[in-house]
Amino acid sequence: MDMAIEAQFHVLAVDDNLIDRKLIEKLLKTSSFQVTAVDSGSKALEFLGLQEEEQRNHHPQEMEVNLIITDYSMPGMTGYDLLRKIKESSSLKDIPVVIMSSENIPSRINRCLEEGAEDFFLKPVQLSDVSKLRPHLLRRKAEEEEEKPKRNIRKRKTIEESLTHMLMEDLNKFISIEDIFGELNYEFSHKRWKFGS
Amino acid sequence: MDGVVQLQRQLLDYTTLLFQEGFLNDQFTQLQQLQDETNPDFVVEVVSLFFEDSERLLNELANTLDQQSIDFRKVDSHVHQLKGSSSSIGAQRVQNVCIAFRNFCDAQNTEGCLKCLQQVKNEYALVKNKLETLFQLEQQILAAGGSIPM
Repeated sequence: MDMAIEAQFHVLAVDDNLIDRKLIEKLLKTSSFQVTAVDSGSKALEFLGLQEEEQRNHHPQEMEVNLIITDYSMPGMTGYDLLRKIKESSSLKDIPVVIMSSENIPSRINRCLEEGAEDFFLKPVQLSDVSKLRPHLLRRKAEEEEEKPKRNIRKRKTIEESLTHMLMEDLNKFISIEDIFGELNYEFSHKRWKFGS
Repeated sequence: MDGVVQLQRQLLDYTTLLFQEGFLNDQFTQLQQLQDETNPDFVVEVVSLFFEDSERLLNELANTLDQQSIDFRKVDSHVHQLKGSSSSIGAQRVQNVCIAFRNFCDAQNTEGCLKCLQQVKNEYALVKNKLETLFQLEQQILAAGGSIPM
């Protein structure tokens, strides 16, 4: 399977400026991304929350967001606030977030990267910036595919462990270990087993 | 076909002049490069949005600066928006005035702000006029059966 051609990534773009929203949408579409563009952090969270619900209702592929790209300076919830909320959410924290800003302020950039932003683009964003995203997402996808069998083994182990635990708990209801060296009494309906005496 | 060649030459010369005079910068070229068959009116669409948005912002700025007690944070917020959009379409001169404008906001300098408002209105009117002329030339070329030279 040629992942480079087949992989369809869905990007959520967040920017309160109408012109910038149109521009980022075009840049992303030109780079073959599926795009949803919203004008605020709260609308972004709403969309992501809705997306979560869809996944619970078993429509995983349609709405899945693979990347979030957001402007920094927005009224109400800034891009930084949005970044934090996403990284604090157990269901959303693994979605990569890219920040855009018209201002080249190193402390701002560092703050965002420290908070977990994947990258920082200076506005006006150009095609060369956006074209950096695809190889990055493809790599992540490849890593995830590798992780899957490992994750299944871990899942199985966890299930086995909890089953064993459950069985032991039930057994212990019938068995009381009187002393380390001594007798083991087992009562099961009418039967009574005694070890030692 | 002679007419088309002439129009194309006119368009190229006009565009070059706009760049030389600082009305437009490379970002405008970036927009033109994004235009393709799937979206043949992309530049006109974005620029039209810019015109609408700017006019709204300029009105807001006039209102905000007209108040008894000026809310400089509000003024700055509008100028920030205008700076952003002008930067995104490559309207260099408008963008430059916005930078100066923001400095006056920071200093809460009413007179400076009013002067900048006037300046940005002028620069906006100029670039609007230039872009409309440019689009008209493009339309003429297309109507005459020619293609837009890049």
